[in-house]
Amino acid sequence: MDELRLYTWIAVGGTFGLYFFIAWWARAGSTSEFYAAGGGITPLQNGMAIGADWMSAASFISMAGLIAFLGYGGSVFLMGWTGGYVLLAMCLAPYMRKHGKFTVPEFIGDRFYSRTARIVAVVCLIIASVTYIIGQMKGVGVAFSRFLEVSYDMGLYIGMFVVFVYATLGGMKGITYTQIAQYVVLITAYTIPAIFISLQLTGNPIPQLGLGSTLADGSGVYLLDKLDMVVSDLGFKEYTTSTLGGVEMFAYTMSLMIGTAGLPHVIMRFFTVPSVKAARQSAGYALVFIALLYTVAPAVGAMARFNLMNTIEPAAGQNLEYAERPQWFKDWEKTGLLKFEDKNGDGKVQYTADAEKNEMVKVDRDIMVLANPSIANLPNWVIALVAAGGLAAALSTAAGLLLAISSAVSHDLMKGVLMPDMSEKSELRASRIVMTISILFAGYLGLNPPGFAAGTVALAFGLAASSIFPALMMGIFSKKMNSTAAISGMCAGLGVTMLYVFQHKGIMFIPGTSFLGGMEPNWFLGISPNAFGSVGALVNFAVAFIVLKATGPAPSHIQDMVDNFRTPHGEVATAHDH
Amino acid sequence: METSYWQENLRLIFICLAIWFVVSFGFGLLLVEPLNAIRLGGYKLGFWFAQQGSIYTFVGLIFWYTHKMNQLDKKYNVEDQ
Repeated sequence: MDELRLYTWIAVGGTFGLYFFIAWWARAGSTSEFYAAGGGITPLQNGMAIGADWMSAASFISMAGLIAFLGYGGSVFLMGWTGGYVLLAMCLAPYMRKHGKFTVPEFIGDRFYSRTARIVAVVCLIIASVTYIIGQMKGVGVAFSRFLEVSYDMGLYIGMFVVFVYATLGGMKGITYTQIAQYVVLITAYTIPAIFISLQLTGNPIPQLGLGSTLADGSGVYLLDKLDMVVSDLGFKEYTTSTLGGVEMFAYTMSLMIGTAGLPHVIMRFFTVPSVKAARQSAGYALVFIALLYTVAPAVGAMARFNLMNTIEPAAGQNLEYAERPQWFKDWEKTGLLKFEDKNGDGKVQYTADAEKNEMVKVDRDIMVLANPSIANLPNWVIALVAAGGLAAALSTAAGLLLAISSAVSHDLMKGVLMPDMSEKSELRASRIVMTISILFAGYLGLNPPGFAAGTVALAFGLAASSIFPALMMGIFSKKMNSTAAISGMCAGLGVTMLYVFQHKGIMFIPGTSFLGGMEPNWFLGISPNAFGSVGALVNFAVAFIVLKATGPAPSHIQDMVDNFRTPHGEVATAHDH
Repeated sequence: METSYWQENLRLIFICLAIWFVVSFGFGLLLVEPLNAIRLGGYKLGFWFAQQGSIYTFVGLIFWYTHKMNQLDKKYNVEDQ
């Protein structure tokens, strides 16, 4: 255990040292560097940075665990969180880059020639980003307390300090170069254990191929077939066909796709490259880097489930003696994330879908990725690497979100609306102050997570999908779209989605205030609140086009502006001459 | 002239998004059951599209679109820089 702690301190300390060095080396001197890294990032660099920006503690720690227990149903996360990049590459990023502004609300304000539109966008951005950041802060606290045996609070303070140093000092420039380093750390930490486990189980070192291979035990049976058999024998749903329901999966996947495309902290990264061509290319590279993790995750999920089942019941009827349980089992029992209750008093572990007989009363899905290396008996340095990888995933996303929040407040609200005469120097100072306040606020929320934290991720994607994404799409693809119509659409989409989430999960998630109950029979067409963003988006589009019919097209200079950002060449106020 | 650049771009986007929809929502969700009757090694084909194939296709689509757009920018002489 001491060797493991030493390795973990070296891995975490080493990577943090690297982030500090980069922060000092890439500190920002102007607002253009602070908001958009001076527009000088190459597509390959930007692709990696987007990868780290996008892949959060949820992607790194939770996703494979979700897939392990949902099986085929988990596909919604795989397709949903990658498919959005196709939309970004073709429908949003190139034109928004051409327009050449710093923030998403600024684009919306310009296109819909309206301060109100800009403020609505700022509000959506802040709610979406703040709810998202709580999860990252919790991830930092959990990773520290699990791997380094410091308290959750102490872990959070260390995390806040690290982000504070490189994000306020370097702005987008510092964050970009740090994210590149963080991507390398997180992808290495994710794939190395996966390669080992795939090799052990199937003899194939490539997890994507291992998942489709036969088991290495000489039986000649395919891993997925065996897994299907094992889980259905115990009464669980068959792994490769267990669905969440047709309409639900469709709506959920769509919500995650368009929500991804509408998340401001991701879109902002496309403003850092020098050209429209580079914006398209960065989306391609970004998806390559993201796909590296996202195509390994289903293998990690299935193999972790397989190992778990196999440890508890190596052959039908031969259950694990509780007294002989492996070390990782004991370690996770201590955290309370794994719980055993010997219901029939036979001293053996029974794990079945039958709640009466099931003795594994708690198997937290988040432990699947973190426990995986120990379940597979991998060396300690691999486990240390996973700790550094989880922290890299959480910190890189937190930094991107903090930048989105601080730029929305300092650039859109203060400079854009309240104090247009602010000098560049004071704007830069304001951004740094706002960012510091945001870090403290995020830290406070991480220390006192509101009871509704788990439910709010649905809100973040729901908001992005139902308000920001449709507004951007209509702004680019409908030349005639006017400000009244766009604002009505945004408010309608937002309103319907929030109402639906609140009526099933409680107003502001306060228990007992959900007036229709969280019950499935009350779901509209069987669509869960998490998946409702796509319906909100439809409402947004419908309302906007109806209002457009009644109010007439946008003025001609706005239509000219649309023509301008649809073509890559030509004059425009670029991010660099601000 | 710029209108037809935009129209060609729209046509490309339409083709790409049609493929995007077919591999994910089509093969991965709506047609998953019939496709699962076909095997790709240890994978059922519908399951493979939902957890692997759609993602590979997305990557390919973006690079293909980028490549075609670079050609289109040249053809209409609207490259930036």
